[in-house]
Amino acid sequence: MNTPIMLLKVRHAGSVGVIVISGEVTAAAERELMEAFAQACEGPSVHILLNFEKLHFINSSGIGLLVTLLIRARRQQVRLMACGLSQHYRQIFELTRLNEAIAVFNTEMDALAALHLSAA
Amino acid sequence: MPWQRFIYRRHNSMADPQLHHAESGWAAPVERLQVDWVPAGAVILNVDGRALTGPLRGFGQLWRKTYRVYTGEFEPREVMRAWRENFEAFWPRGNRFYAPVEGISPGSVAVLNLGQARQGLPLISTGVFVIYADDESFTFITPQGHMFAGMITFSAFVENEVSVAQVQAFLRASDPIYELGLRLRVGHIAEDRFWHTMLRNLASHFHQHWPVEQRVVCLDPSVQWREARNVWLNAAIRTALYSAAAPARWAARRLR
Repeated sequence: MNTPIMLLKVRHAGSVGVIVISGEVTAAAERELMEAFAQACEGPSVHILLNFEKLHFINSSGIGLLVTLLIRARRQQVRLMACGLSQHYRQIFELTRLNEAIAVFNTEMDALAALHLSAA
Repeated sequence: MPWQRFIYRRHNSMADPQLHHAESGWAAPVERLQVDWVPAGAVILNVDGRALTGPLRGFGQLWRKTYRVYTGEFEPREVMRAWRENFEAFWPRGNRFYAPVEGISPGSVAVLNLGQARQGLPLISTGVFVIYADDESFTFITPQGHMFAGMITFSAFVENEVSVAQVQAFLRASDPIYELGLRLRVGHIAEDRFWHTMLRNLASHFHQHWPVEQRVVCLDPSVQWREARNVWLNAAIRTALYSAAAPARWAARRLR
C-alpha cells in the first residue's frame, strides 16, 4: 500500500518563501523537497522558512536532505530558517550542527517578526 | 496566495509507518564523547573528550558519496541485522571497529583503529558516534580529529523489487592536511575502496556477487578557512606521535 507520508505546502510572505512540512522527512522525500524549495525561491524570496510544526518524524537521511538543501540555499544566496521544531528535534539540530547554519525560531510569527526587525 | 502542494508516497516494502514513531532512533545530545569501556587490543586515541563535528563543520569541500550493492531478495531488515551484527567483519582487512557490548545503537561510541598491521599500532586511531539507528538504517557522525567531518548512513531498502544495501556519506575533509589528501585523489581512492570492499563483503554474506555502484556529488566546492585550525586535533598526526613515543613509554615502564 502506498501511504502518503509527507505533505509540503509552499507559500510566500513578502520576501520569505514558507515551506510547511507535514509528516515524515526521509530519503524518499528528496525530489519533492527540492521542488518545493525551487518553488519557494521563485519571486523575491531571499529567505526560506521551513515550518516544522506538523512534522511527525525525521530520520538521519532526512537530516542529510536538509544539509543538501542548506548548501543549495547558500549557493543561491538564500538564507534558510526553521520554526516549529519540537524540543526533541531542536536537540537533533544541535547534535548535527544544523542549528549553527539554520536560524531556529519557535513559531512562524517569531521568524517573520525577527526578519522585519532586522530589515527595519 | 494559493498553496502549492507536493505529496509523495512510499513505493517500497521498507515502508512501515508503525515503526516510524516520533522521536525514535535518535541518540541523546552529547557535548563530548566518552569511551567508558576498554576494548581489548584497541588503541583509544582521539575519541575521549572530542566534540562531534558533522558535514557543516570541517575544512574541505563537501561531498555526498553514495555506494550501493544489490543484496538479492533478502528483506532489508534481514540485511541490516546482518550488517549491524557483523559490521567489523565486513570491514577491509587491517582496520578494526570496536563497538561497545550493546552494539551499534543510538548514543554508542565506537573506536576505530585504521591501517593496523598485525600486532602493530594503527596509522589512525579515532572513533564515531551513533546518532541514529532503527531497523532500516544506522548513522555515524564523526568527532574532531577524524579524517572527515561528516555523517555516514548505512541503510537497506527495496528498489525495483530487489533489496539494496547503501552507504551514503556527507563529508568534508576535517582539516587542510586531509583535504590535500583528497585533492591528490589518494583520500578519495582509499575511501571508495574501503566502502566498495565493505559492500562486497556484505553482499557475499548473502551469496550475492554484484558490482558496487557509486555516485559522487560535490555539494559545496568551497573550503571553510575558519576550520583550518582543526589540524591541531588531526587524529593521524596524533596517532603517529603516539606511535613514535612507543619506545619511550616502554623504557619508562621498565624503569618504574
